[in-house]
Amino acid sequence: MDKIKLPKLLIAGAIFYVVIQILIHTGVLNGYFVVIINRSLIFVILAATLNLINGITGQFSLGHMGFAAVGAYTSGTITTLVYHLSPRSFTDNLIFLAAIVIGGIAAAVVGFLIGFPSLRLKGDYLAIVTLGFGEIIRTILNNIDYVGGPRGLLGIPKFSNFTVIFLFTFFTIVLLRNLVISSHGRAMLSIRENELASELVGVNTTRYKVLGFVVGAFFAGIAGGLLCHLLQIAHPTQYGFYASALILIMVYAGGMGSLTGSIIAAFSLTFLTEGLRVGIDWLRDTVGIPIGSEWTMVIYALLLIFIMLFRTEGFMGMKESSILIIEEKKV
Amino acid sequence: MSAPLLSIQDMSHWFGGLKAVSNFTFDVPEGVIYGLIGPNGSGKTTTFNLVTGIYTPTQGKILFQGDDIVGMKPFKIVHKGIARTFQNLRIFSNLTVMDNIRVARHFTSKSGIFASFLRMPSFMRETEQVREECMDLIKLMNLEKRAYEIAKNLPYGELRRLEVARALATKPKLILLDEPAAGMNPKETEDLMKLVRRVRDEFKVTIFLIEHHMKFVTGICERVKVIDFGETIAEGKPEDVVKDVKVLEAYLGRKAVVC
Repeated sequence: MDKIKLPKLLIAGAIFYVVIQILIHTGVLNGYFVVIINRSLIFVILAATLNLINGITGQFSLGHMGFAAVGAYTSGTITTLVYHLSPRSFTDNLIFLAAIVIGGIAAAVVGFLIGFPSLRLKGDYLAIVTLGFGEIIRTILNNIDYVGGPRGLLGIPKFSNFTVIFLFTFFTIVLLRNLVISSHGRAMLSIRENELASELVGVNTTRYKVLGFVVGAFFAGIAGGLLCHLLQIAHPTQYGFYASALILIMVYAGGMGSLTGSIIAAFSLTFLTEGLRVGIDWLRDTVGIPIGSEWTMVIYALLLIFIMLFRTEGFMGMKESSILIIEEKKV
Repeated sequence: MSAPLLSIQDMSHWFGGLKAVSNFTFDVPEGVIYGLIGPNGSGKTTTFNLVTGIYTPTQGKILFQGDDIVGMKPFKIVHKGIARTFQNLRIFSNLTVMDNIRVARHFTSKSGIFASFLRMPSFMRETEQVREECMDLIKLMNLEKRAYEIAKNLPYGELRRLEVARALATKPKLILLDEPAAGMNPKETEDLMKLVRRVRDEFKVTIFLIEHHMKFVTGICERVKVIDFGETIAEGKPEDVVKDVKVLEAYLGRKAVVC
């Protein structure tokens, strides 16, 4: 049964990839759009993995971008040391891949160090610890001259492109989906549902909270690596509290515990931010309404409030698209 | 006679200055249905919380199959073979009935996290086997029509059965039922009594239950212990215990007994 159902996600991914590639090559999507799509895909990784921590395991992390920063600075440092220019050969790309994965591992190690002592805390307390962690990372990066300090890490070679980012995003979603529907994923879900009952059906709750945190951190590190090799810079302010809050908003707007929701929210909110910017420029320059670009964030915030008022559970609630579901035998 | 499955020795527990459980010593022999009864606030649920490791007793020993389990983490105690249900249900309400039960089989799973990431053949085989075993439990509890429904949509009586199924899925040797008949009408209570006996016989588990419905207890338990304000006031066969003056006092008040 799984052999027939599994490719659904593969087909959906392939269609998305081919359609975007065709649009790029026929010139329908210009470079600006490609950047937004790439950013959206990176946000998909970040939102889906934060969802693993917040939505599926039911913890509350506010410092997700801190892990992305660890991944970005680690992989960025490696590739800037090895190259000063764009990739030329196949092996260059392999080293880039290795750097990204090492960045992910570094983030996972940090995730373990943060998660192990702090996941004994619950709710608000954990939020405060993770918030503090995110700020600590930002401050540390601001003060290490080797990685550029407040100037940021400059001159990172441009390795990320649509294909690379798409593949990483796709595999992240596949692996997360597989995890969630496995017995390990159910153990995590049960912690969200009722931690005491979970413990009393034999789930080592501390272990699974830490595991969720470490897996989330690993993929966030990967996303950070992809982001800095796309923008060719890693800057402390990119990974501050506001960025973490943005990811959190995506998780809530998409639906807690729904990977589909995180994907939809990452795309729609990234496009919304850009769309508002373009829209406000148009209103000011073409229509002639005297409106400043600072209104982007006001309208953005208002829209979020409306989403939360009229769809409290987010776009998807706890549901998943059938593309992400593997049907089981029912008898 | 073999050693008792569960043996509690001089166990006491204080909440601050309040002595919730006072010098309990009793054995639950293997294979019996043992009842712990007493009025509200007499320390019944506290006893369960002590046995399952949610609280650590201030004093005393809890031996399970001869091993002291005091101070063990709750999930480790479950791994040793003690499962429980809750007085006010603790269902994983946003998961399906099947998933509720499958979680309880999680700790016996051998598949590692990477096997789950990649859905390797060994993982798939194990998953299917677990699913079939859980389906058997679901059928036993007459929940097969609900197997893939979200648990919060189930009526109360079915949720109670689901909790029993979930506890059984951990393959326990001892199962603690916290007020299983709470909120049930006489007909449902009757069915529950049959189910509890059936569970004991089919799964070869020992049952340790809390109730304050005297009728349920006398109808099903083979041994009972009556407690009030943390003190043991009687212990023995149910038909003897109900005649005990102290028990009547605890339940009906001193005046009623004197008259």
